[in-house]
Amino acid sequence: MPFQQTLDSYNLAEVEARIVAKRPADVEAALHAAHLGLEEFMALLSPAAAGYLEPMAQRAHRLTMQRFGKTILMYAPLYLSNECTNGCRYCGFNAHNEVPRRTLTLDEIEAEATVLADRGFRHLLLVTGEAPKAADNAYLVAAVERIRSLFSSMSIEVYPMDEPGYRRMIGAGIDGLTLYQETYDRGLYAEMHPFGKKRDFDFRLRAPEHAAAAGMRRIGIGALLGLGKFRVEAFCTGLHALHLARHFWRTHLTVSFPRMRPADGGFQPLNPVSDRDFVQLICALRLLLPDVGLVLSTRESAKLRDNLLPLGITQMSAGSCTSPGGYAEKDESGRQFIIDDDRSAAEVDAMLRSRGYDPVWKDWDTAFHG
Amino acid sequence: MDHLMIAGRTFRSRLMVGTGKFSSNAAMVAAMEGSECEIVTVALRRVDVDNPHDSILAHIDREKYLLLPNTSGARDAEEAVRLARLARAAGCEPWVKLEVTPDPFYLLPDPIETLKAAEILVKDGFVVLPYINADPVLAKRLQEAGTATVMPLGAPIGTNKGVRTRDSIAIIIEQAIVPVVVDAGLGAPSHAAEAMEMGADAVLVNTALAVARDPGAMGMAFKKGVEAGREGYLAGLGRQQDRAEASSPLTGFLGS
Repeated sequence: MPFQQTLDSYNLAEVEARIVAKRPADVEAALHAAHLGLEEFMALLSPAAAGYLEPMAQRAHRLTMQRFGKTILMYAPLYLSNECTNGCRYCGFNAHNEVPRRTLTLDEIEAEATVLADRGFRHLLLVTGEAPKAADNAYLVAAVERIRSLFSSMSIEVYPMDEPGYRRMIGAGIDGLTLYQETYDRGLYAEMHPFGKKRDFDFRLRAPEHAAAAGMRRIGIGALLGLGKFRVEAFCTGLHALHLARHFWRTHLTVSFPRMRPADGGFQPLNPVSDRDFVQLICALRLLLPDVGLVLSTRESAKLRDNLLPLGITQMSAGSCTSPGGYAEKDESGRQFIIDDDRSAAEVDAMLRSRGYDPVWKDWDTAFHG
Repeated sequence: MDHLMIAGRTFRSRLMVGTGKFSSNAAMVAAMEGSECEIVTVALRRVDVDNPHDSILAHIDREKYLLLPNTSGARDAEEAVRLARLARAAGCEPWVKLEVTPDPFYLLPDPIETLKAAEILVKDGFVVLPYINADPVLAKRLQEAGTATVMPLGAPIGTNKGVRTRDSIAIIIEQAIVPVVVDAGLGAPSHAAEAMEMGADAVLVNTALAVARDPGAMGMAFKKGVEAGREGYLAGLGRQQDRAEASSPLTGFLGS
């Protein structure tokens, strides 16, 4: 059964009302549950849980120690192209924005990849906009083949594909997919995506299932925080993760919580998420999903990232640049958004070690691909 | 109403009953009636499915009970598949409780042959309810193959030891997308209640009824155990207290 059917069985306004109606007693019960059901998850996302952030954080920390230990997987994004035919109102790559557009050549990709490999990265995330003429499946395959020998694991964060598309990516050496639904609210999604292929909510929602069916090892999902109501978006994200875990049990899941950053185009978050809300959401997701990797990017400030570390985070990027060519050429015009934690990879590595964490640079091997 | 649904069919009762080991057919019928079960499993090796006067079959009212033939005694996939096909050819509904138990001592199920047989029988149009050890990965492989339930054992058949595989059954219940029926090893109504409190969808009991001094009364007791466990599960059990919270604050950075 596709997740779409599960999602469509919920009325999101009712979900919000149910979450808001949770009382402190519900939160306490959820905090002591051996396994969280959806009712308990709602309780932890409720306004009533705001008074329980510390015990939620303690439990999230304990669970993460138990399941993952004090390790953080390090990865870096590599932006291949910022050309895009979509009109996502919140995104710096929006087709209407007048930013310098660029799609890297294979030589340029190799130059970027070499910088990241020299910094120690072995887990790479390839990012593009959605511009079939500039960066299509064949382009991605060529890029992967060019730099495959430099990395242990390569993931993609690009336009959604069908199952044969993902099979092709896996065949080329891709083992991970990151694909954010942005918002699980259909109406809001339509408003935010006025034109372009990305308007197709259902195709995007289905894509992680296509990838899992194709045999993708790692799949990352998430909602863009700042669009819909965070309690509802977090609930739907949890629901989505549970669905994928139950139906594609061989797939390793990660969840990200990208909080909207200032981007070219000047879009203001519709529902800003405070640091307190953010902590609540991370802890609630960890308690619902004890074995799921939680990813924190450089969208967040250095100070906040350091503080969020013990709450359940298992994966971080560092020294990121969000414009194509930005690593080798140090030119950041044409970026997707402005990062907040601008420490180098070496600085983040040192910070992790000083806090007793083990930064993991390699946690996969191309030998698995055969 | 809280009903059990298996392969699109609805059942009021969450207790299934086996028909082996009873001292008489009258005792068997008493247990079935006392338990108010709706699914009754019968070992194909014990009955003559072609003969309406067979001593066991003649005592099972097919209007009242879904007769669930089982392949107990099969040592491998091939034998199990053959038995299931014979039952269907004789007019039984295409439901089968798949048991492949080559080990004659503890009657533990063979996971490899069970999966093989399940794949064949599902393709053949059977509604397959496989008896398995409490192995969460096997449960997932079987549901992927298209089985209608998974039936993990609580303890080896006939031991009456209760839910000894508790931790693994909890994982199966957490992850399954088909009904989970705890089968084998449940020796007391409290064991059935325990399995249902954990969130099992149903239980299957045989020996505990068959060897009871009063099988009819024991059937009734199990019915109550299953209902109590189910209602407790639905009502939301109180939680055992977790350990005390640690002292060093993790959210101090947020300020007050």
